Amino acid sequence: MSREDPRVPHHFESAEQQTESARLGMWVFLATEILLFGGLFCAYSVYRANHPDVFYYGTQFLDKHLGALNTMVLICSSFTMAWAVRCAQLGERRALMVLLSMTLLCAALFLGVKAIEYRQKWKHGLLWARKFRAEALERSPTKAGATWAETASAKTTMAAPDGQPTSGPAASNPLTTGTKALAATAAFEDRTSIPPAGTAPAGVVSGKKSSAAKPSERTPPENVQVFFSIYFLLTGLHGLHVIAGMLAIGWILRRARRGEFSSGNFLAVDLVGLYWHLVDIIWIYLFPLLYLIH
Amino acid sequence: MAHPSDNYLTHTRGIKSWLLTLDHKRIGIMYLVTILGAFLLAGIFALLIRTELLTPGQTIVTADTYNRLFTLHGAIMIFLFVIPGIPSALGNFVLPLQLGAKDVAFPRLNLFSYYLFVFGAALMVLSIIVGGVDTGWTFYTPYSTDKARAGVIPVLTGVFLLGFSSIFTGLNFIVSIHKLRAPGMGWFRMPLFLWGLYATAIMQILATPVLGITLLLLIVERVLGVGIFDPGLGGDPVLFQHFFWFYSHPAVYIMVLPAMGVISELVSVHSHKHIFSYKMIAWSSVAIAVFSFFVWGHHMFVSGQSAMANMIFSALTFSVAIPTAVKVFNWLATMFRGAITLTTPMCYAVAFLSLFAIGGLTGMFLGSLATNVHVTDTYFVVAHFHFTMVPVGVAFIGGLYHWWPKITGRMYSEKWGRIGCAVFVAGFYVTFVTQFIMGTHGMPRRSYHYLPEFTALHQMSSAGALAMATGLFIAAGTFIHSLVKGLPAAANPWGGASFEWQCPSPPPHDNFTETPPAGDPYDMSDWEYHPEIRGYVRKT
Ligand code: HEM
Ligand SMILES: [Cu+2]
Repeated sequence: MSREDPRVPHHFESAEQQTESARLGMWVFLATEILLFGGLFCAYSVYRANHPDVFYYGTQFLDKHLGALNTMVLICSSFTMAWAVRCAQLGERRALMVLLSMTLLCAALFLGVKAIEYRQKWKHGLLWARKFRAEALERSPTKAGATWAETASAKTTMAAPDGQPTSGPAASNPLTTGTKALAATAAFEDRTSIPPAGTAPAGVVSGKKSSAAKPSERTPPENVQVFFSIYFLLTGLHGLHVIAGMLAIGWILRRARRGEFSSGNFLAVDLVGLYWHLVDIIWIYLFPLLYLIH
Repeated sequence: MAHPSDNYLTHTRGIKSWLLTLDHKRIGIMYLVTILGAFLLAGIFALLIRTELLTPGQTIVTADTYNRLFTLHGAIMIFLFVIPGIPSALGNFVLPLQLGAKDVAFPRLNLFSYYLFVFGAALMVLSIIVGGVDTGWTFYTPYSTDKARAGVIPVLTGVFLLGFSSIFTGLNFIVSIHKLRAPGMGWFRMPLFLWGLYATAIMQILATPVLGITLLLLIVERVLGVGIFDPGLGGDPVLFQHFFWFYSHPAVYIMVLPAMGVISELVSVHSHKHIFSYKMIAWSSVAIAVFSFFVWGHHMFVSGQSAMANMIFSALTFSVAIPTAVKVFNWLATMFRGAITLTTPMCYAVAFLSLFAIGGLTGMFLGSLATNVHVTDTYFVVAHFHFTMVPVGVAFIGGLYHWWPKITGRMYSEKWGRIGCAVFVAGFYVTFVTQFIMGTHGMPRRSYHYLPEFTALHQMSSAGALAMATGLFIAAGTFIHSLVKGLPAAANPWGGASFEWQCPSPPPHDNFTETPPAGDPYDMSDWEYHPEIRGYVRKT
């Protein structure tokens, strides 16, 4: 019995019981994390079900190549992380340090690519709702968007909710008129500026979908900014988790350098590994849901 | 170490040994003190609300102040008293003892979540007061996204931290229950309080993060304007309600399941009879935990969700009543032909049964679509949820009396304990039955003004509130008196058979010198009363 092992806190019977508890604790924590993202995935599903056109349209502005690159990068990092755990288990300190460093490098690469993507979006004004600039839709923001942009650019005509056609300049565009603060209450006095009930984005409210029967890729649908809000929320929250993961990996890297791990004692590496795999898996879902909508 | 006077209170000394303690018992006590402080504060706000409602129109405060008062009252009661009360205070103290363990699985995390709680609580309360937040505890959009309400962001941050404190406590409990049970204690040999805490912990893990993300979304909405809840930006304010109630309906069971666990203990121990149908009570906790995730829409019948959704949510709502009723009947069957002693904890247990039955049944009224539309947003709803949540407080106080001898090593005055309970419960009925009546006559909730014909009922309700406060002060008096003058408590003053009664009162730092043999936690036939020590001793 390892009861005498001074590393085992007094309330555990054995190191084994401690390890099992810590691993279960981590799994439970991961469940919480999944539910945290679950809220956003749920928002995604609700809006996508109600406004498929917005998603078909918005996704064209994301750079699939960069997204795919990042997916590869994260898969690699999961691989190096898993290998690192194995090395820790075998007590191979040098290999553990190399692999952890590689994982960190992948994570940094991921964030770098993400930063490039964010910068592009920022430059084009393809941002979350309040910062969104509707005229951005009339330019060609990415390679992926190039096919439709020429035709769509000059003469975008959109129907205002009350039926009057407005064209061109962003100032009178319904996408931007709504961005004034407190639109919610103000809009109720000014009946004409809210969309008719059937098209209002009202969750599970019954009624017609606002989408056309066929998803149109050429004319911007109403409320494209919602897509970008969701894009930034999901990738932003995920990005924060990547940073948290990097801090955790940095921490175990330091401990590894000090030689704190051995084949009998590598719990922390194991736990950080679990966390890192979760961060990767979430991205594996985000990538198709945001970039690969057909 | 086994020196008789060495217990967890005297094991180490000094303020630092408390503030940095990793001992679950001390952390439990720190929670207890904090939570009771919050309860007092929220109670004062309640009395202010009831004073304002003595007359129609302005009595002591303006309409705006009134809105802040009910926000303060509701938010503090819910987030700082009813949700954390039983799990964090009593649970922390009792859970490892009942498991036959020396501590929870992660003592450091436990202390961390306590400080998270204190910090979140301070942030929430102070910024409601300073920032004048008046959204109600539900933070509905567009109130909460309205720029004019400056204090909302720190309030949301505070509640977010409280949420994570609650998640970490739940995580700790789940792991402790899985991994630290004493040798020989199978799942169905656990005291039912642990089943209640376990079911609660699962809901904390699964529902609270959704509240977390909802609050984050509100914060991001205010800071950046992501528009998710703002129809002006293409967002959906009803989605906020879905998110909020996806957490907050399970949250009502996060509140009540631990209370039901306490009641299972009180009813069985103070009736000196084996709990009736252990397994049904255990499984019904789990069933409630599962069902409660599918009924949130019953808070949104008039929000514009589709008729189909309304009907489904209504039907599902009724299903929650089944496991709840299973429990109530099992408790009654436990008491039937038991050797009931009307100790103070038992009085509170009986009070719980009588109040909660009404709370649950009026929930059925509210779950029926047609009735709901008639009484939604009236005092009927107010009375309903007070008839469900105040019993949680009742169970908390009952549990506190029950484990008080264990926690402090001292007995309290049964006579005054009972009197306090009776005054409180009588006051409660007066306060809230009148509100049922007002609700069915259309008195709207959250309004400082009312039609003159409601005056008499409102004044009765306020008088009842005063009686409730009196009852609570009597209870507080018994606790203080016990601390000062209470007789020393035996290890097992009630004759319970679960582990916590098999270590000294108060327990030593390590809880058990050796883990007692695991047996049926409700088989009390082995214990007999010895009047000279005012406690039970195992027959030899
Ligand atoms: C059989 C069990 C229950 C049923 C069927 C039930 C049903 C309902 C329904 C349908 C409503 C919505 C009323 C409305 O807003 O129009 C409601 C409100 C509420 N219930 Fe229950 N309930 C039950 C138990 C509980 C319990 C155990 C608690 C707390 C411990 C609770 C706390 C609340 C609260 C806080 C509200 C009002 C929330 C608000 O709008 O501020 N209920 N209940
Ligand atoms: Cu509910």
